[in-house]
Amino acid sequence: MTALVELRELRKWFPVGGGLFRRKQQVKAIDGVTLDIRRGEILSLVGESGSGKTTVGRAILRLLEPTNGTIRFDGQDITHLGRAAMRPLRRRMQLVFQDPFASLNPRHTVERIVASPLAIQGESGGRERVMEALEMVGLQRHHAARYPHELSGGQRQRVGIARALILRPELLVADEPVSALDVSIQAQVVNLLLELKERLGLTILFISHDLSVVGHISDRIAVMYLGRLVEVAETRDLFRTPRHPYTEALLSAAPDPDPDARRRRIILQGDIPSPLDPPPGCAFAGRCRFALDACRAAPPPLRQVAPGHLSACIRDDIHLQSPLDEGATHVPAG
Amino acid sequence: MSLALSAPAFRRFRRHRLAAFGAATIVLLTLGCFLGPFLLPFDDTTIDVMNRFAPPLSGAHVLGTDELGRDMLARLMMGGRVSLIVGFTAMAIGMALGILVGAVAGFHGGWLGAALMRFVDAVLCFPTIFLLLALAALVSPGLLSIIILIAATSWMDVARIVEGQVKSLRERDFAVAAQVLGASDARIIVHELVPNAVAPIVVAATLNVARAILLESYVSFLGYGIQPPVPSWGNMLNNAQIYLTSAPWLAILPGLAITLAVTSFNFLGDGLRDALDPRMRAR
Amino acid sequence: MSGAPILDVRNLSVRFRTEGGDVPAVSDLSFTLDRGETLAVVGESGSGKSVTSLALMRLLPKDSAVTVTGQALLEGRDLLAIPEPEMRKLRGGAISMVFQEPMTSLNPTTPVGAQVAEAVQLHRDLDRRAAREEAARLLDLVGIPAARQRMDDYPHHLSGGMRQRVMIAMALSCDPGVLIADEPTTALDVTIQAQILDLLKRLQERTGMAVVFITHNLGVVAEIADRVLVMYGGRAVEQAPLRPLFSRPLMPYTAGLLRSVPRMELAGRRAGPLPAIPGNVPDPRHMPPGCVFHPRCAHHQPGRCDAAAPVLEAADEAREVRCLRWRELAA
Repeated sequence: MTALVELRELRKWFPVGGGLFRRKQQVKAIDGVTLDIRRGEILSLVGESGSGKTTVGRAILRLLEPTNGTIRFDGQDITHLGRAAMRPLRRRMQLVFQDPFASLNPRHTVERIVASPLAIQGESGGRERVMEALEMVGLQRHHAARYPHELSGGQRQRVGIARALILRPELLVADEPVSALDVSIQAQVVNLLLELKERLGLTILFISHDLSVVGHISDRIAVMYLGRLVEVAETRDLFRTPRHPYTEALLSAAPDPDPDARRRRIILQGDIPSPLDPPPGCAFAGRCRFALDACRAAPPPLRQVAPGHLSACIRDDIHLQSPLDEGATHVPAG
Repeated sequence: MSLALSAPAFRRFRRHRLAAFGAATIVLLTLGCFLGPFLLPFDDTTIDVMNRFAPPLSGAHVLGTDELGRDMLARLMMGGRVSLIVGFTAMAIGMALGILVGAVAGFHGGWLGAALMRFVDAVLCFPTIFLLLALAALVSPGLLSIIILIAATSWMDVARIVEGQVKSLRERDFAVAAQVLGASDARIIVHELVPNAVAPIVVAATLNVARAILLESYVSFLGYGIQPPVPSWGNMLNNAQIYLTSAPWLAILPGLAITLAVTSFNFLGDGLRDALDPRMRAR
Repeated sequence: MSGAPILDVRNLSVRFRTEGGDVPAVSDLSFTLDRGETLAVVGESGSGKSVTSLALMRLLPKDSAVTVTGQALLEGRDLLAIPEPEMRKLRGGAISMVFQEPMTSLNPTTPVGAQVAEAVQLHRDLDRRAAREEAARLLDLVGIPAARQRMDDYPHHLSGGMRQRVMIAMALSCDPGVLIADEPTTALDVTIQAQILDLLKRLQERTGMAVVFITHNLGVVAEIADRVLVMYGGRAVEQAPLRPLFSRPLMPYTAGLLRSVPRMELAGRRAGPLPAIPGNVPDPRHMPPGCVFHPRCAHHQPGRCDAAAPVLEAADEAREVRCLRWRELAA
């Protein structure tokens, strides 16, 4: 499988504060991410707030200028491509937003919203292609004349997906596309994304914090913590044998709708450190139950720990628990 | 630019009785001032020395006559024309300038935006009336110059409103979505941002008409504005000062007219603010 | 759990009058809450779960557009009928509330210690010094590290999880018998959510308070609830103890909701499409006739489910269900 997107040592630092008498500080939103998104896969990027997962998505779409490192799209270096040079590539990469209300212009009809990519990219065949796109995402023709506020949350998200797919992009960045939806609607949209992926041969970067959805939808998962990747693996491998203590904690904290699956929860102490002032070594060391002095010395590199399984933890000698562990799912609480 | 008053917005607006009253008054005032003079048997400049200081409701002149025997109703109507023309055109010019400055400053930000907005702040620092009088002393008085003067002192608040709106809207997801598609800045401003800033712009426009009418009255009252014999509500008030005790209607009638017009526009503005704000839930 | 329930809600209805007509936000809702118990109220948007909590706290706008009927007996006193000054004493005293968004619920211009101390002084006769002491104790109790030093921090200095702890400290300042927690972990990250759920459980063990936990997240319900009330379209559609509800849901909506959440054990298995519930959450202004869930229900019978509205009936001594066909479906 070839990579559609290749990130190499990608960094995005945002300058903040700074004034007459104060030194400007840098928020290291992404701090050295190396990752391939393979053609035709669904790669999930998982992390909590402040992990930098959204920034990675926006950097790939070149909505912001990377500080350094490289982004390749289909072999072409797009890291510092100008606006005009990006324009023809834009039709090949699209974005679905988290908030299906904020991402649709409230003053435009559905037809105008879904047609806007055609208008911007100067393409014809408007009306018929809009109808086709609406039907593709499970909406009806009569929805074309509606305004966003007349639709339900799930329908709005379908409109957002129709807009993203009308130009038939190769890459879809889906930034928390179901987390603002009602529980009974989330499954519909997850199914739709999976179906469209098969039908259109899409490559999807699925950004999410919800591990149960991620476990269902992804081929591979990359876990981020404070601007860095801590673990990358095939979905089943990551769930069965997590190799980074942060992944273990994240899997353990994910609420599972099964009252009998009361595994021993690992309750992390404290909060995510400030990206303004990240600790010198492993960013997770301060909350990690396995941390050694060596962990705090230098940031551990992401290295291969098993075929296709990367982890940024120096401790190979620990056994981590998994939600799939035999018995672990039925250990009584406490 | 479509106002797109949706059905519930319209109902909300109508429920706002004061706003409905304001809108009705404005329509009546406009019709009265522009059509009324054609129906009236009197001219606003015809002097009738035999009929000076006729009190209202005392004869052929419904609202009485002034110190030269001119019909008060005709003068109020003609003065109203001046006031409304000044109000609307000054508002339109001020809006255009304010939207332009605000959209550019809000969208681009950076040094250009900062420079533009600091200039707005600087102009706002001057008390309007002094600024207006200082400028009025420099140019010859007349309808056009008073319009331009008022417009020059009333674009800043619009610029600030639009700058704030555009600045927050451009970060919104739907503007980002247009960016992901490769839309140009101008397209994003015109198609995505400005239509969403219409509500506060319309409200500001309405309130600015009221303000312009009031400013015209000030300036004319002080003698720098519309010059006699052309009547305006302001210079009619100016005229009436010396007859305040002997013929109070000369002051009361234009005063009422100003109050009525200004409060009507203010009510309308408040009503539109409620009606166009989608966050206002109807009760 | 013995004796009378601490909270007994009877036939609670809330209607909003809007320009589009009357909106029944909550219809004829009855439930009880025992001492020390956690009742999870589960629902999606428009289910009426949050309106219920606001109605119990008497925090709905007091104007003619809102009509609240029914009774809510807190230790025998009707929260919906007592005069406002008395309610003010109860609110934050005997019954207390934690909201979803800890940032907007805290005053940004006052240090958190002072805010907690103020909450303490509202209901307890303590001088400033003693109230501050008590605030420090409460902040320590909710697990804020170095609580005494954080007293002078402003809300924006604290993380989301820490702010929610402060909110909980304020809610607990008067040892409430009932705590209403309205989506208290929804805005938080999963690892922080786990911390807060753990904290609530420990505090409950310690103080014996009863909790009404409002959420849309079935995983959180499984974690925290003793009993579950499922709401849909402003109505209670099922009520049952936790385990029976998850293992054998009686109402098709509950069953559908449980099935539509991807299971962790199946991660990476690609077991085909998720069994989603079709259609949309009903618009409270246009409730379907008959059973409110029938347009989305796989088991609905035309001419039956869309004709008569089912009543909430007892399925056994501990369970209630609102479905015309539950007996057939359970068989």
